[in-house]
Amino acid sequence: MKEFAYHRPSQIREALTMVVGNEGAQYLGGGTNLVDLMKDGVEMPTRLVDVRHLPLDGVRAAPGGGLVIGATTTNSDAAAHPEVRRRYPALSQAVLAGASGQLRNMATVGGNLLQRTRCAYYADPSQPCNKRSPGSGCSAITGEHHNHAVLGWSDHCVATHPSDMAVALAAFDAVVRYETLDGTHEIPLSEFYLPVGATPQHETVLPSGALITAVSLPKSAVSPRSQYRKVRERASYAFANVSIAAALDVHEGTVRSARIALGGVASCPWRARVAESVLQDGAATADKFRAAADAELSAAKPLRDNGYKVTLARNLIEAVLTELAARTK
Amino acid sequence: MNAFPTSASADAERPAGHRTVTPSADPANPPMSAVGTARTRVEGPGKVTGSVRYAADEPMQDLAFGWVVTSTVTRGRIRDIDISAVEGMPGVLGVIDHRNAPRLNLEAGSFFGPDGGMHLLQNDEVPHSGRPIALVVAETMEQARSAAAALRVTYDEEPHDVNFSLEHPAARPATSFFGEDATVGDVDAELAASAVVVDERYRTPEEHGAAMEPHSATAWWEDERLQVIDSNQGPFLVAMTVATLFSLDPAQVRVRAPHVGGGFGSKSAGCGPQLVLAVMATTTLGRPVRVTLTRSQVFQTVSMRPATDQRVRIGADADGRLRAIDHASAFEVSELADYLENCTELSNTLYAASAIRTRRTAVPVDILPPYSVRGPGATPGSFALESAMDEVAERLRMDPLELRLRNEPTVGPVSGLPFSRRNLVACLREGARRFGWVTRDHRPRTRREGRLLVGTGMAATSFGAGALPSSASITAETDGTFTVAIGASDIGTGARTALSAVAAEALRVDPEQIRLLIADSDLGPAWSAGGSRGTTSWSWAITEAAAELRSQLGDATLPLTVSFDTTESLGELPPMERHSYSAVFSEVTVDPATGEVRVRRLLGMFAVGRVINPLLARSQLVGGMIMGLSMALHEEGVRDPATGRHVNADFAGYHIAAHADVPDIEADFVPDYEPGDPSGIKGVGEIGTVGTAAAIANAVWHATGLRQRTLPIRLDRVLEERVGAENSATRCDLR
Amino acid sequence: MTDDIRSEILLHVNGRTHRLSVDNRRTLLDALREGMGHTGPKKGCDRGQCGACTVLLDGRRVVSCLTLAVAADGAEVTTVEGLADDGELRPLQQAFIQLDGFQCGYCTPGQLCSAIGMLAEHAAGWPSAVTADISPDGPAPELDAGEVRERMSGNLCRCGAYPSIVRAVLETASREEVTR
Repeated sequence: MKEFAYHRPSQIREALTMVVGNEGAQYLGGGTNLVDLMKDGVEMPTRLVDVRHLPLDGVRAAPGGGLVIGATTTNSDAAAHPEVRRRYPALSQAVLAGASGQLRNMATVGGNLLQRTRCAYYADPSQPCNKRSPGSGCSAITGEHHNHAVLGWSDHCVATHPSDMAVALAAFDAVVRYETLDGTHEIPLSEFYLPVGATPQHETVLPSGALITAVSLPKSAVSPRSQYRKVRERASYAFANVSIAAALDVHEGTVRSARIALGGVASCPWRARVAESVLQDGAATADKFRAAADAELSAAKPLRDNGYKVTLARNLIEAVLTELAARTK
Repeated sequence: MNAFPTSASADAERPAGHRTVTPSADPANPPMSAVGTARTRVEGPGKVTGSVRYAADEPMQDLAFGWVVTSTVTRGRIRDIDISAVEGMPGVLGVIDHRNAPRLNLEAGSFFGPDGGMHLLQNDEVPHSGRPIALVVAETMEQARSAAAALRVTYDEEPHDVNFSLEHPAARPATSFFGEDATVGDVDAELAASAVVVDERYRTPEEHGAAMEPHSATAWWEDERLQVIDSNQGPFLVAMTVATLFSLDPAQVRVRAPHVGGGFGSKSAGCGPQLVLAVMATTTLGRPVRVTLTRSQVFQTVSMRPATDQRVRIGADADGRLRAIDHASAFEVSELADYLENCTELSNTLYAASAIRTRRTAVPVDILPPYSVRGPGATPGSFALESAMDEVAERLRMDPLELRLRNEPTVGPVSGLPFSRRNLVACLREGARRFGWVTRDHRPRTRREGRLLVGTGMAATSFGAGALPSSASITAETDGTFTVAIGASDIGTGARTALSAVAAEALRVDPEQIRLLIADSDLGPAWSAGGSRGTTSWSWAITEAAAELRSQLGDATLPLTVSFDTTESLGELPPMERHSYSAVFSEVTVDPATGEVRVRRLLGMFAVGRVINPLLARSQLVGGMIMGLSMALHEEGVRDPATGRHVNADFAGYHIAAHADVPDIEADFVPDYEPGDPSGIKGVGEIGTVGTAAAIANAVWHATGLRQRTLPIRLDRVLEERVGAENSATRCDLR
Repeated sequence: MTDDIRSEILLHVNGRTHRLSVDNRRTLLDALREGMGHTGPKKGCDRGQCGACTVLLDGRRVVSCLTLAVAADGAEVTTVEGLADDGELRPLQQAFIQLDGFQCGYCTPGQLCSAIGMLAEHAAGWPSAVTADISPDGPAPELDAGEVRERMSGNLCRCGAYPSIVRAVLETASREEVTR
């Protein structure tokens, strides 16, 4: 870990001026990922700007019926918030399925969106990795990739995004709000993460120095009937092999609305729009759920050792939709 | 004081007068209650208030911190270590590598011979990925870590080989240090004559002790003596190894290991890298140096259980009588050091069969030298043997419990020696009774609860018991108390509590009158906390010393000190089959749509000799079973097939069971007694681990109908296609 | 704005205020252990992957190995050394001893601090990943063995003292939640 300076601004603009234009400067949230990567020598900031004393904490109702979750709200507070639990239960479940009680008390909502992959090669500076060291190659494609991507990857990177929270946010059409010296900006989460392509080092559309200030959730009729399910190699305290956030609104046997996002399968939370369109206005039957899953996963390209993820994702889509249908019929 | 029911009956079988040296065997003086009573740990208050000190906790004046640098390639030579960027960094005191490190005695090793795993920084060769190649020492650990990261190392890489298998061309017969392979009867003829034959391969991966305390050593010179505080399982043996390694007079070396945060074998292999490097650094720099391994370095630099690849053939008659057991076992070794993963231990002793053949094969590959991890050999071997036994029962459509009962030997099936005390049947029957085994439908995939499949399984197990030479001294103090000194170590076993009880019984005083000194090599020769032989070895020495002291106490002037070394007493023991036994029963649920396996119930009945402290013994057995559960479902050291590098060398990648994976676990004792031990004890450290993986794998088969012959039972190995179709009709009507 | 690589900070540890000059790289764990002599919190992984370093930071359980000391400037820290009240063990500590909720003891400081923090979270009505109904309108989740196991899963124990730890937490939960 290299030496660095530490600052603790209390105003957003003050924070921005400390980071914008300073290549070595980074925002520090809960530190659960950044400090870890600094110890590995993957991140080497020369200046840390602590954002947790900015006025960005808390969950509040948004005009129009949605919710706004401040960027420095801890995962714990987001998951425990009554309105999150009432209106977006899968979001609360997703957060609670992540990490441990201690880490959730530290990690922030803004930082969670910017979590880096848990690919072992990314965390090991002695090994090639295009995400960490562009142009050095991807070790995982030929190496160990049991828990790597099956959707949307490129020859340059097969890493997955590790967040649980972001999977639920993707299903609920969340919008990321961020601040630059030019003012306030918003972007849908679906456009927030960049495709892997040839530049896996560029993960989001955030301009350099921009500060995430909040995540807003639009009002949704279907979100209260939602569920998050995570499958992992231990019963708790492990990253997902595959996870799913789904919401389903069934009326008289017909799907009025379906939302599905998958975790652990791609470089970003994978919104299963193909499956959703198969389901829309169709019969809420197991056959249809399976057909939707098949349609979504027909694009999957498993590697040598992670083909099980396709089966697992398909089974999960079907199982969770079946459960939601049974609940909401 | 104890919340558990105790098993006082564990003593019931005890004979009246088995050895005259044991004071408590004197019929005129019945044994005191110290042994056999549940007592809480003497260091408990210190452990719950954070006041007990582990190796990295000792405050030290003028302490410098060493940071280990490890190789990033798997095989080759170091071309250059460029220290120019490091030397001027703040706080840096020095860099030690193969060019300036003190020379070591390359004869130093373990009882398997010289151990190149300890011969660090002696040349430019890189024998495996993660090999320590330099130590950077600085004033603070932050400075040391930064400087270590700035060290530029270049290599000339050479091709490596980590592709281990039974058929590997370099496979060679394993060392016969612990006895020859077995050849009893005509295996091929018996197999040909069998009604059913199972012939399967079983594989277990590299597994790590993964004690919670990373290895740490602090070393300094004081009055011409090398002083060391280290986390290890046996300070005396470590001190002897340090003396050999650094060509010092043994009297010059003092090693202490006051509290040790778990070992499981990983702190038993002679002298850990943290200690070798700390001694080098303090010798070179002339001030106290502490070297603590990072978690990743613990995975990459201290010994692990080697991967195994085993072929088991078992032939049986239609009534379940075994005709043949043929167990061929291969395991990884390193060219740096020989080692034996004795996977065939149970095949030699657990069941009667007309013919038994065992073959042990070592396969050298480019990995760090493997060494013992909890239940070495027996644990992966049991997974193979007890899975195969379950497969025999399956093919015979027989109760797997009955199959075990039907093949109970009267003498050692290979050795022909009598059993000192064989209590497997009692474990099997009592375990089955408590588990409710009698109601089991032995056909697979017959129990379903909603989306879950449910199954049960069992395994029988033994583990060798015995003692190794140790010495103890006891002083009768003028105030009526006794000071007991023995070079034991407490790695979490409760040695302080147990040995106080043993000493109290032997001296016929209250445990409160005992002052126990352990964890210091200056206390004299003693075996380490390993091989399930720590407590037996130390208790023996204490018991004999106490008898001697009592015989001299009469009119002696106090204080009076008596010492005893057990080497001779041990030599008088007649050869016998001496083992602990257990039967393990498990119930699992499997979600075939996700491959998730959960252990819902785990029960072990144990015959482990006389139980010194049921509270602590049960903790060790339960903990051992949890390690077996963890091995069954989670643990796997993964190597990159291209680079040979261990890629999941942390707790986020190498999963060990967490709270949520572990149900309430039942462990209890059947009455047992070891006649060859003065206190009647065997050992409880490892047997809990040994049979558990097979019991769980067998339950997964029972739940799913699919046999799991490779550990761990990962979800991708269990996951089924299209299970939804099978379930959905019964689950709910969606319209 | 000056970019100093060291900082002067105040930490209130177990009721005592410490003024420290720290290298900004220093974690709270190392500040406690190396700077203040509080070696109760343990370094098991230094990566937030084991929980042995768990302390209470302003009343909430965190892993001190991923908390920079400078970022904790001004905070109240409770370590395992501060759990007992004037030398009087609290119910949970006593239960750990009585039920043998540890073997080697290395994870114990983290298990204890984590359990105390977890009980406060439960008392505040927080759900967990195994809470069947997370709706805020229903009854608060009952603290059964399954809930304790899930909520404590961030604290690994290689000796396998889990069952005794869970029992100790359950047996003392009502008393510990009241004493807070």
